[in-house]
Amino acid sequence: MELVLAIGIGVLAGSGVFLLLRPRTFQVIIGLSLLSYAVNLFIFSMGRIRLNAAPVLDPAANDPALYTDPVPQALVLTAIVIGFAMTALFLVVLLASRGFTGTDHVDGRER
Amino acid sequence: MSSEVLLTVLIVLPFLSSLVAGSLPANARNAEVWLAGAVALIGLAITMSFYPDVTGGDVVRYEIPWLPSAGLNLVIRMDGFAWIFSMLITGIGFLVVLYARYYMSPKDPVPRFFAFFLAFMGAMLGVVTSGNIIQLVVFWELTSVTSFLLIGYWYHNANARDGARMALTVTAIGGLALLVAMLLVGHVIGSYDLDAVLASGDTLREHTLYTTILVLMLLGAFTKSAQFPFQFWLPRAMAAPTPVSAYLHSATMVKAGVFLLVRFWPVMAGTEEWFWIVSSAGLITLVMGAYAAIFQQDLKGLLAYSTISHLGLITTLLGMGTPLAAVAAIFHIVNHATFKASLFMAAGIIDHESGTRDLRRLSGLFKYMPFTGTLAIIASAAMAGVPLLNGFISKEMFFTETAIRNPNMFANLALPIGAIIAGIFSVAYALRFVCGVFFGPPPTDLEKVPHEPPSLMRIPIEVLVLICLIVGIIPGIAIGPYLATAVVAVLGQDTPHYSLSIWHGFNLPLLMSIGALVGGVILYIMLRPYLALGVEGPPLMRRLVGQRIFERILVTISWKWAKSLERWAGTRRLQPQLFLLVLICVVTAWFALRPGFGPVKLQLSGWDPGFVILWLVGIFCAIAAAHQAKYHRLASLVLMSGAGLVTCMTFVWFSAPDLAVTQLLVEIVTTVLILLGLRWLPKRFQKGDADHIALPTKLRRYRDIVLGVFAGGGVAALSYAIMTRTAVPDGISRFFLERAYTEGGGTNVINVMLVDFRGFDTFGEIAVLGIVAITVFALLRRFRPAAESVEKPEQQRIQNAYDNLRPNRQSGDTVNEYLMIPSVIMQWMFPVIIVLSAYIFLRGHDLPGGGFAAGITMSIGFILQYMAGGTRWVEDRLRILPVKWIGTGLLIALATGLGAWAFGYPFLTMAFQYAELPIIGKVPMAAALFFDLGVFVLVVGATVLILIALAHQSVRSPKAARSSVLPTHAVEPPPPPTLETSTVEAPGGAS
Repeated sequence: MELVLAIGIGVLAGSGVFLLLRPRTFQVIIGLSLLSYAVNLFIFSMGRIRLNAAPVLDPAANDPALYTDPVPQALVLTAIVIGFAMTALFLVVLLASRGFTGTDHVDGRER
Repeated sequence: MSSEVLLTVLIVLPFLSSLVAGSLPANARNAEVWLAGAVALIGLAITMSFYPDVTGGDVVRYEIPWLPSAGLNLVIRMDGFAWIFSMLITGIGFLVVLYARYYMSPKDPVPRFFAFFLAFMGAMLGVVTSGNIIQLVVFWELTSVTSFLLIGYWYHNANARDGARMALTVTAIGGLALLVAMLLVGHVIGSYDLDAVLASGDTLREHTLYTTILVLMLLGAFTKSAQFPFQFWLPRAMAAPTPVSAYLHSATMVKAGVFLLVRFWPVMAGTEEWFWIVSSAGLITLVMGAYAAIFQQDLKGLLAYSTISHLGLITTLLGMGTPLAAVAAIFHIVNHATFKASLFMAAGIIDHESGTRDLRRLSGLFKYMPFTGTLAIIASAAMAGVPLLNGFISKEMFFTETAIRNPNMFANLALPIGAIIAGIFSVAYALRFVCGVFFGPPPTDLEKVPHEPPSLMRIPIEVLVLICLIVGIIPGIAIGPYLATAVVAVLGQDTPHYSLSIWHGFNLPLLMSIGALVGGVILYIMLRPYLALGVEGPPLMRRLVGQRIFERILVTISWKWAKSLERWAGTRRLQPQLFLLVLICVVTAWFALRPGFGPVKLQLSGWDPGFVILWLVGIFCAIAAAHQAKYHRLASLVLMSGAGLVTCMTFVWFSAPDLAVTQLLVEIVTTVLILLGLRWLPKRFQKGDADHIALPTKLRRYRDIVLGVFAGGGVAALSYAIMTRTAVPDGISRFFLERAYTEGGGTNVINVMLVDFRGFDTFGEIAVLGIVAITVFALLRRFRPAAESVEKPEQQRIQNAYDNLRPNRQSGDTVNEYLMIPSVIMQWMFPVIIVLSAYIFLRGHDLPGGGFAAGITMSIGFILQYMAGGTRWVEDRLRILPVKWIGTGLLIALATGLGAWAFGYPFLTMAFQYAELPIIGKVPMAAALFFDLGVFVLVVGATVLILIALAHQSVRSPKAARSSVLPTHAVEPPPPPTLETSTVEAPGGAS
């Protein structure tokens, strides 16, 4: 399981990095999204992956070992929100740049 | 008051009052002068009060621990030498303030002037009283920065800007060298404390790093004190207002360099390297500066070169390395400050009252301003070294030192000869100053009739000239004890016997003095015909202009090199820049992880085929999305969403329902967002086969694939290595798990963490979301689509053409009928989604859900309405005010946080309680719920604002899009009804 997830994260990150280095803004935005999936999963995996552990507390059962690790999950939740905001902003900057410069090249001019 | 308080006041007061001075109104000239004058006088009084404590080599120290572990403490240290410098800084500072009152025009923005002036004074006092050598460098650089501001005070003048920039570049680079030197000194000695450094001269001189330290330290001192080959910045700095020149280039700024040389003289001097570097640089500067001064046409230029020459004299003395020479150097520092400050002020008066500083136009002014004339003549005589004036005594000490037999043949000849030549030159330029300005025929082409300045403006000069006279006539009484205090502080046990009297009998130095005076007069008379020609610049040296060389170097570095660097890695080229960024990340991670992860065990058991298939799909989606992103945007977007769904399911698989819910909802909104954007991107068609791609492009792709493989592989290896080892049992998670219910009142730990434990973090996060939404809105208000995207999408044109061909149909009917049944369903879903959103919101504290997920759900409800009915249809029926929602949400969250204060708890402390409601039963009533409500409202507002702002772009008419003012507002009624009412168009480009 761990190996599969690790390879998955690696492929997401690799594809994201490749797209991040491409010249067209749309490629970069897709790359950033893929990269943020990879990063979110990576942070999530720092809490060790667990099948069938309870995410919600049962006030009767007090043993922390029974539950999933909440800290990476809370961090990833924040990361998802910020990632969304970043995508939205980048998309609009992309559109504005295309409108102003007439090209969708990341440098604002064709080379 | 204790000495600690007084020392602190001495350093801090100028900086504080600088802030005050800067904030006074522009016309508060007198208030500024009172303030600056009072600060200078207080500084002077404090300095004076320390005199009994520093005589006889005593030191007053005040140490404030800052980073004791790194040996960095703030140490204010006053000894005799710092004392005499502080006297000069505060005393002459006061006189300059008084002078500036009359010099500065009412039109000049004086608050800026006095603010910089006071800051500079503080920095200079900081340099001389630093007891820690790193602290000294900090103040040293502060003097560079503040003097830059002062020199560039008249920034509308190009000369002032250039001069300021040159001064800053040269002195700040020297300051950097000095910092390195000081760090090395600290490394060698093991302490940055000045007293410790002064006590370890032998260690320093015998260390292998000595030469390196010496060269770096001298770079600092020579750039600051304008010594050869760094002398060129000083004449350019004459573009400053004259009070600035009088202060910076007589008593303070340029003296910082020689101050440093004297300060470190006991530990650094006395070696061969010191002697050769310091005395030769000093001698060259002395002679060259004096020579150039004779041929200046600008009054201040003459004084500037004369300053360079006198600084060279001091440096030469220090370079000789004998204690007597050091005494003479310290003495000349004081003397030069007094006569040069008064001469600069006199030059300023001449400029002020006659309208020019050009020696070719000035003549015979003595008749018009006899008082100023007399004062200037006395000060010039001091500069030339005429007996009965202070300059004479220190200059004679200089001659005495040069004439002493030196074991080295070259030095034996060069020093006295150089000294005499420079002496002759200095008499000549002093004569030129006096005769050129005050004597000769009356001036002819002046703009105004010159006259005496206000008597108060003359007072500073009178005081200084009086000091010149007193020190020159009764040196033993007037300056003797103070000089002794300063000298003992530097030389300590090695203080030699010296005599300050005027008459030492007929000896070689006296003959040299007389020779220089007579020679100077003869030289001036001989040069008069040449000088009358009014040629700019000194003969023989005209081509070798330091400024020009400097400019050329600067152009090469800051223009040519910088341009090529910028071309290679600048922000204008995002692609290479991102490549470098990723490369640096990968390389840094590689180095950090080179020691290895420790044992990694391969876990091949417990595979779930379903999970493997899930990730095979995920991997396919990721790679295919990367492959398709250029020519098939819609496909790539769909594939990217596929990868997002796989991520989402992974969260479900591994017991993270909260993440899964949020990821799924965000995925929907992101996809809609990007779909809305697709229309505005240029069409791109894949042409031909891959063989036509240029080789560099191909190579770049392969390079990026390799980098991507490395980055991905690294991340995979890292996450695998961590996942396969057992977690730390008592990590931070335990804290949250144990307290989420007992102290946060919720069983959903994630949500309790977000709204309670880490509420401040979430507060910041929603603020960011709000800011992003408003930024998006602002950017799109002025959005101009590219011309080719303005037309209606192809699909709509085909549909409209079809409608036009049919007699029973109108143009636009097909568009309206498009997806009719889904539209109805979407409209009917609106209340359902609202209920769902409320449900997700309310259960958040105890079960997966929460304000953020609920907010996104709600905004999906809105966007479905836009998709179903079109922008116009929705906005006719529904008033949506997302900007207000953003504000309200933020305020609710803030108010919840502030509410904790009312009960005496810190910001964002959440109370909780369970309430029994009829029918519904036990309901958690945590204050966190209100906070979450704020999050909810803000998220709805922000998301809806972003989506609507994008959706609105399609409703704009092509004409409006081209005009400069765009009548768009996300919540305003849409443009005129002649326009098509479109559904939110998604596909565009070339997919």
